[in-house]
Amino acid sequence: MTHAHASTADLMRPPFPAEPGAGVYSNKLGMWVFLASDVMFFTALIGTYIILRFSTDLPWAQPGAVLNVPLTAFNTFLLICSSVSMVKAYAAIADGDRERLKFWVLMTILGGATFVGIQVYEYVKLVGHGFTPNGYREGSELATLAAAEPLKYGLQTAGIYGSTFFTMTGFHGFHVTCGVVCMTWVYFKALRGGYSQQDYRGVEVIGLYWHFVDLVWIILFTIVYLI
Amino acid sequence: METTARKHPNYVAIWVYLAVLTAIEVGVAFISHFPKPVLMLILVGLAIWKALLVALYFMHLKFERWRLRTVFIVPLPLAVILVLAAITEKLW
Repeated sequence: MTHAHASTADLMRPPFPAEPGAGVYSNKLGMWVFLASDVMFFTALIGTYIILRFSTDLPWAQPGAVLNVPLTAFNTFLLICSSVSMVKAYAAIADGDRERLKFWVLMTILGGATFVGIQVYEYVKLVGHGFTPNGYREGSELATLAAAEPLKYGLQTAGIYGSTFFTMTGFHGFHVTCGVVCMTWVYFKALRGGYSQQDYRGVEVIGLYWHFVDLVWIILFTIVYLI
Repeated sequence: METTARKHPNYVAIWVYLAVLTAIEVGVAFISHFPKPVLMLILVGLAIWKALLVALYFMHLKFERWRLRTVFIVPLPLAVILVLAAITEKLW
């Protein structure tokens, strides 16, 4: 086995046939077009939240009053870690190392699955405390707190807050779940000897999707949990 | 079989960069005493910075041809127009 070195520019010139036009193979172009449409999808969700929140003079729940920010900050860090492991998987197969590909894809699957697990845990806790898509459940702990401190907990806007929060984070969680399922498929294909330095399209395409999901979460975390 | 080692960006450095920016974000949001509008500008700025790092280095947009970058860049102004148009609806 001999090794040669190529430049960083060669990184994006995989040795499979490129399509005319955008100059990339069709799977990758298709994923980019899908991601462009997904930008608009998440813009609709996040934009709706921004409009509903800032077009009212009524107080909104303060950051950290309802949501568990430290736990979600850890989850954000976890998703960033899984993005790194995904790109390491890509780098491994681009260098022709299928063993490292399998290891890093498995790490990414574990990271993504843990992220979803923590999100489900967060949902269970929130609903248990009384935060639902309809606002604060009558008679719940949060409803009592909100009645005592309506400004801090945004009592009058709780319904909009609940519905936008669960819609945005729920759709993002669905995206992460889809990514984990796709990466599991990639992992089993790699186990069966799939992918090589000559053809690693599947790894690159699912990697693009995974990084986009991470990118969306970076924006969501700031807008929903910190502002 | 010949394998060619490609020169990859320093992904671990980007990971550290992102982790530090996330810590700064949480610190700014909960420890600092900036006025709300300033705080929002700083937090959104940090989020865009992080998102750019992911897009440029993990999604390799920095190394792609402009023809492909355009596919991702085109919807961004449309997204801004969509939100601004809805926010300013009451003005027109």
